[in-house]
Amino acid sequence: MKKLSARRRHPLAAVVVLLLALAATGGLYAAFAPASKAQADSSSQSLAIDEGKKLFAVGCSSCHGLNGQGTSDGPSLVGVGSAAVDFQVGTGRMPAQQPGAQVPRKKAVYNQSEIDQLAAYVASLGPGPVTPNPDQYQPSEDKVTNAEQVAKGGELFRTNCAQCHNFAGKGGALTDGKYAPSLEGVDSKHIYEAMQTGPQNMPSFPDTTMPEEQKRAIIAYVQNTNDAPNPGGLALGSLGPFTEGLFSWIFGIGTLIVIAIWVAAHTTKAKKS
Amino acid sequence: MSHDMSENLPEAHGASHGAEVVTHDDPFADPGLPAHEPRRTDIDERAAKRAERQVSLMFVLSMLATVGFIASYAAIDADKLVYIFPLGKVSALNFALGMTLGVALFCIGAGAVHWARTLMSDHELPADRHPIEASDEVRNDVIEQFKTGAAESGFGRRKMIRNTLIGSMALVPLSGVVLLRDLGPLPEKKLLHTGWDEATQAKPIQLVNMNTDQPMKPEDIIQGSLTFAKPHGLEESDEDFQQRIAKDALMLVRIAPEDIKDAQSRDMGFEGILAYSKICTHVGCPISLYEQQTHHALCPCHQSTFDLADGARVIFGPAGHPLPQLKITTDEQGFLVATGDFDEPVGPSYWERKR
Repeated sequence: MKKLSARRRHPLAAVVVLLLALAATGGLYAAFAPASKAQADSSSQSLAIDEGKKLFAVGCSSCHGLNGQGTSDGPSLVGVGSAAVDFQVGTGRMPAQQPGAQVPRKKAVYNQSEIDQLAAYVASLGPGPVTPNPDQYQPSEDKVTNAEQVAKGGELFRTNCAQCHNFAGKGGALTDGKYAPSLEGVDSKHIYEAMQTGPQNMPSFPDTTMPEEQKRAIIAYVQNTNDAPNPGGLALGSLGPFTEGLFSWIFGIGTLIVIAIWVAAHTTKAKKS
Repeated sequence: MSHDMSENLPEAHGASHGAEVVTHDDPFADPGLPAHEPRRTDIDERAAKRAERQVSLMFVLSMLATVGFIASYAAIDADKLVYIFPLGKVSALNFALGMTLGVALFCIGAGAVHWARTLMSDHELPADRHPIEASDEVRNDVIEQFKTGAAESGFGRRKMIRNTLIGSMALVPLSGVVLLRDLGPLPEKKLLHTGWDEATQAKPIQLVNMNTDQPMKPEDIIQGSLTFAKPHGLEESDEDFQQRIAKDALMLVRIAPEDIKDAQSRDMGFEGILAYSKICTHVGCPISLYEQQTHHALCPCHQSTFDLADGARVIFGPAGHPLPQLKITTDEQGFLVATGDFDEPVGPSYWERKR
């Protein structure tokens, strides 16, 4: 004990104490934090709503209010519908990690059955867009029909989506740190729900102005673009010749300058001065 | 290393070429050229041989790379994709052709540089500057020839020839000036009005959804949505579709009426549905990067930002005017219609514009 107290003035003592304190806090949190439990399967809608309400109270209510009425930290969820919940929680955007210009996509916290329960609860707050089923969002398996959908979808994508998401779906910048995310590797269902509900600052494209089969065509186009081979290698954000030129100017000419300096800096004279 | 080499230096080598360094009272005296220093390859035959082998190796590598280029052109399938570390999946053929041709060219250059640095003569040769002016003799001769030419051609004596020559030379540039006419004609009234101009109170024009090609009812446009529209009667199959849509393109948004800050803008809309021109007022890019929560529309070309909830006021960027708004209402069937043209000319400013 004497030895330990003698070391309290060691320069690293503060660091050790801090690390111990952090480890203790983290360990206590891990031990006492509510672990996400597996949910029992239930076919009953009201059971799902009850379970969803419990999940909501733990995971969502701090920002969205105990009854989803919204607070200063989060919008009201009345009338957003199950599709919005399925999108936001399914893509990991909700629960949000921190406030900011935009909530980013991340690994989903809840599994699909928990998401369905949450969605059932939020849908019970007020009518809104419903989670789509596969024949609403899945493009045709048939090769010819699929090619037709890709062609039509490309046209619609360039009219309605490409201004923000880039013509290859790579995403792009908006104002004040907001951005349109890349569509690479996004689930067809989530693309459909995004068009239906208009998450965050994205405008919505409801069935009244963009019918279901047009949304399917757009999804077919996005899938096709994601799967298309890229023989050129580095896409550099698929922004076209501008970035490619900038890249060659900076790295190509930069390398040449470095080589030229290296050649000039190394004399071949026998007597090095 | 350098100590070893200096022992091999010929005694008189440096002294024979270098000028004596002047150390008189004159602080600005020309110090002359520094003494020539030999390279290792100049004095060591083995080093010279090695440099020779290195240069030849570069050239041989270049030859091999060219052979490799031809071989990969013949052997690799054009559709084959391979994974190359920082690049990801790339076309095997493109990658092989680029690498081999790059190596072939680089090795020729690198060999030549190494050759020049190690084996070619490196004696410094001063080249003195000379006056640019020609000698008096040459100048006098040229002036004499000019005078003789002028006298023999009779340029000063035959006034008619002289004057007509001057006249023809003066007129020739006019052809170039006349061609500038092709910069015009001036746009006249064309930029003042769009296709919506034909709409009147009595004969309104329906707004047609660009996606579905159908007219729209107010309930189709929900809050937070974004819709693009064109005037009824304008078809994509029309020959002048591109010219006309460049002026007529509309973007429709719906904002809760209490959130619309500009009263005039609210009155021009219908129950919160606002119809703005899609053409940026800066240089005319199509602008539709709409953020439904902030109601900002961003132009992708130069980042002009318009607040659609405040009469499309410019809140950032180089645009000089708000986006023109189209007054909309509904017809007796309940479809959205326009009853006149935009409140201002669409697109970028131009000099005939009155305001």
